[in-house]
Amino acid sequence: MGFRHKDIIALKDLTKEEIELLLDTADNLSEINQRDIKKVPTLRGKTVINLFYEASTRTRTSFEIAAKRLSADAVNITASTSSVVKGETLSDTAANILAMKPDIIVMRHSVSGAHEYLAKRVSCSVINAGDGAHEHPSQGLLDMLTMRQKFGKLAGLKVAIVGDITHSRVARSNIYGLTTMGAQVFLAGPPTMMPPGIERLGNVTVCKDMREAVDQADVVMMLRIQLERQGKTLVPSMREYSRYFGLNPAVLDLAKKDAIVMHPGPINRGVELASSVADCDQSAVLKQVENGVAVRMAMLYHVCGGEPVE
Amino acid sequence: MAENTVILDGTGVKRALTRIAHEVLEKNKGVEGLVLVGIRTGGVHLAQELGARLSEIEGVDVPVGAVDITMYRDDIKGHHEHLPVGKTELPFSVEGKKVVLVDDVLFTGRTIRAAMDAIFDQGRPACLQLAVLVDRGHRDLPIRADFVGRNVPTSRSENIMVAFDADNKPTEVILQK
Repeated sequence: MGFRHKDIIALKDLTKEEIELLLDTADNLSEINQRDIKKVPTLRGKTVINLFYEASTRTRTSFEIAAKRLSADAVNITASTSSVVKGETLSDTAANILAMKPDIIVMRHSVSGAHEYLAKRVSCSVINAGDGAHEHPSQGLLDMLTMRQKFGKLAGLKVAIVGDITHSRVARSNIYGLTTMGAQVFLAGPPTMMPPGIERLGNVTVCKDMREAVDQADVVMMLRIQLERQGKTLVPSMREYSRYFGLNPAVLDLAKKDAIVMHPGPINRGVELASSVADCDQSAVLKQVENGVAVRMAMLYHVCGGEPVE
Repeated sequence: MAENTVILDGTGVKRALTRIAHEVLEKNKGVEGLVLVGIRTGGVHLAQELGARLSEIEGVDVPVGAVDITMYRDDIKGHHEHLPVGKTELPFSVEGKKVVLVDDVLFTGRTIRAAMDAIFDQGRPACLQLAVLVDRGHRDLPIRADFVGRNVPTSRSENIMVAFDADNKPTEVILQK
């Protein structure tokens, strides 16, 4: 079966088969990243614009490398050094970029839903590299790929996601993707960071105590506490947060023996993740980054030439 | 109504592969520096078979790899539903090797062109040879096979299919009219 979307905006929009296709493609493309000559000619002549309205090193670099390994031309636009600071609207920026005939726009934006707005206004493909507190589909896919490589499947896995669920697009994409694939998701975090009604998404359990979520888990995913933002106002202190919702070796012991620890980065060492846990054998953090390139190659490949589903 | 004609039965396929194995050995004067690379998916199964015959005759294992040519196709823009990508698995370096590319059916030659690009992206082989089970003609490119199981004159509208059993052993070659 093929992939029939022009854009990839949210994992919520994708079926089980479509997610499986993206993960299979990424799995097979990962071989290219091990070669001496890390390039295939697939997207030769295609132009990918990385339009980043929010700071990002990992995601932007990963998308740029993915595009280049497929022989596409990648151009990076960072909002802080562009016309956006001069007051240009998103729709004007889009129109101007479109006039230069790109094939794919990869965008990160602080406003949830900015990508749907953009996708309606441009003829090229749009890939969401993170929008506000909504979704971060490439992160969700690379997380699922990492889990699938370790356990051979996603269905039936117990995945604990701990941290600021309300403001985390990583959590949201993982929740949509994982529940679609048949995994069980257990959430834990301070009540001020837990969106009411999230258990209605199905196959999602909210735990008051982090240890309840981690108990017998296959995967423990720790979210970054955003020190520069919500972290300041939603919890009394970092020390208190770390005591109740930080992952230390004692809490990790509750998970299955072969469980993996994941984190979307960048890590606040000693806050959500104890340094010893971040560097332990069970940590899949660098595997996640490695898989990120292959997953983004798969996304670029599948949207290129795809037609929108009516 | 589709009409099926069996061009090679199980025994015929086996004999053709055995003959190709001997021809490969004759041309290359043994298996020194020889590697087989099958084109996904049919060519990979045939490369395994051919490799087994070469080892049987010479008593030395010949490395067998696989290339997936999806990322090297020249018609990606025409595919609105993108084909799944298979895995390229070359557990050896092709640098300086005598590479025998193996495919089931040779038709326009475009697949072979893509496979050659895929191999050259991994290094510089000493030489590249082509073995196919069936050559059905209608080339779009200046490509020819070094080893051919059976030449089958076809019209462009016909279809040649190589059937494999559950163990990926070739069972027969069918011409669909």
